Amino acid sequence: MLKIENLSFNVNSGEKEIIKNISLEIPDGKLIVVTGPNGGGKSTLAKLIAGLEKPSEGKIFFKGEDITDMSITDRAKLGIAFAFQQPVKFKGIRVIDLIRLSAGKELSIAEACEYLSLVGLCAREYIDREVNSSLSGGELKRIEIAIVLARKSLLTVFDEPEAGIDLWSFSNLIDVFRQQREEIKDRSILIISHQERILNIADEIVVLNNGEIEKHGKKDELLPELIGTSAAVAKCKGIKKELDD
Amino acid sequence: MKLDKIQQYLLKEIADLTDVPAGAYNIRSNSQSIGRQSSANITITPKTDVSGIDIRIKDGTKNESVHIPVVMTESGLKEEVYNDFYVGDNADVEIVAGCGIDNCGNHDSEHDGIHRFFVGKNSKVKYVEKHFGSGEGSGKRILNPVTEVYMEENSFVEMEMVQIKGVDDTVRTTIAELKEGASLVVRERLMTHNEQKAYSIYTVSLNGKNSTADVVSRAVARDNSYQKFEAKIVGNAECKGHTECDSIIMDNGQILAVPALEANNVDASLVHEAAIGKIAGEQIDKLMTLGLTEAEAEQEIINGFLR
Ligand SMILES: Nc1ncnc2c1ncn2[C@@H]1O[C@H](COP(=O)(O)OP(=O)(O)OP(=O)(O)O)[C@@H](O)[C@H]1O
Ligand SMILES: [Mg+2]
Repeated sequence: MLKIENLSFNVNSGEKEIIKNISLEIPDGKLIVVTGPNGGGKSTLAKLIAGLEKPSEGKIFFKGEDITDMSITDRAKLGIAFAFQQPVKFKGIRVIDLIRLSAGKELSIAEACEYLSLVGLCAREYIDREVNSSLSGGELKRIEIAIVLARKSLLTVFDEPEAGIDLWSFSNLIDVFRQQREEIKDRSILIISHQERILNIADEIVVLNNGEIEKHGKKDELLPELIGTSAAVAKCKGIKKELDD
Repeated sequence: MKLDKIQQYLLKEIADLTDVPAGAYNIRSNSQSIGRQSSANITITPKTDVSGIDIRIKDGTKNESVHIPVVMTESGLKEEVYNDFYVGDNADVEIVAGCGIDNCGNHDSEHDGIHRFFVGKNSKVKYVEKHFGSGEGSGKRILNPVTEVYMEENSFVEMEMVQIKGVDDTVRTTIAELKEGASLVVRERLMTHNEQKAYSIYTVSLNGKNSTADVVSRAVARDNSYQKFEAKIVGNAECKGHTECDSIIMDNGQILAVPALEANNVDASLVHEAAIGKIAGEQIDKLMTLGLTEAEAEQEIINGFLR
């Protein structure tokens, strides 16, 4: 589905390396979970895949096609969808508008509502709401997921979908991810997450730390090793060292 | 009453009319009234000293509407029109005004509408005014509306003022005076493009105890257009006032926002907010991830903003 080759991303004219020469393959029909400490580069990797950032070096292939220089729009049209870690707010644009734009067609209200129900929102209450700061953090997050589900993309990247979502809805969300895989043949899903329950539904797990792939393997092999170790939790070496000095 | 294609198009744009409206109306085209109807509670009579009409709404008139659209299709017309609304006590009415100018010629067309509202005690008025210009001629489409609102005790007025397209030059002046318990809500939406210029000036005086005003403008300036928004709220009693100007600037557009507050009473509580900025990059990015091009994304964001 997606092949990443020697991908690097620098800022401050090369001074700071955020993604360091990463290579990774996401096979058709698989659910990959990327985890790792805060600031490890997970969101940056997702943005590079969706085209929101351009790599300093390396290549990205989608279904065999080189998409490295493609715009966000063209990647979306090819079948890459991206649910942001921090949902974007608008003024005057309603939930229904975004779901329709995402689906790329005139959905009926009832059809649009189905996506909201999937993420556990009472559709009638939300469909006409503006996507602005009057929505709570958890509501925005779920709406973001509903919008992305409406794209029915081949590859969907979810950046910390569980953040801000209550415990009860969380189980539903896991079911939604499971169902997504069955809905479209060979569809792949990449979820960035810190949650054991999400790691648990992965086929493969990738640990990204300090811009590098620290570990990558089958869930059954990696998960026992990760739980209870420091690999999946934020490390604070840098700060500790500074304080010690 | 017979309307040609352009007149029909303009009426649809400014008043959402496809036919003669229900209730009282006066339709003015190229400086003449081409259709007028009063109702049992609302009488419309022409003025004798100047061009314009008097609209008298009886006490207690409920759920009725008045439409007074203006269209101009002859290039080079310039007119000044005085319309006075006398709204009785305890009424609840909707007033739809608006002006559409189609100018295909190379002479300027100008409509200056001076609207005065005298709103009786406990009355509720919703006022909708849309301004629109079309036509390829080099002659300008100019609109200089003056709106004066005098509000009696406990009256409520909501004004929706929209100018989205095609007006080359506009100076919009609105003044309002509120007595005890009166409440004014203004929602203005303005978009300018090309070389257009728009000035929008509000002066709202909160004279009575517990009077309130909320004046909110959303504006978009594109191409080489220029906008000035000047809103002043004067608190002369225990009152609450809020004004907000939220603008998107694009291309070489220019916007000057001048919010002003004047408190002449220790219990006046007044707030203003003003923000000008280009469309947030992350909003464009988000819509692009949904498959929209950058231009389509911008259009959606603006449509939403001015909704
Ligand atoms: N444009 C930028 N300029 C400077 N630093 C940046 C930029 N973008 C990202 N970074 C830095 O790169 C690092 C990786 O950020 P990223 O958002 O990818 O982390 P993450 O793994 O998603 O973290 P979290 O788990 O907190 O979401 C962080 O230290 C961040 O501050
Ligand atoms: Mg992140």
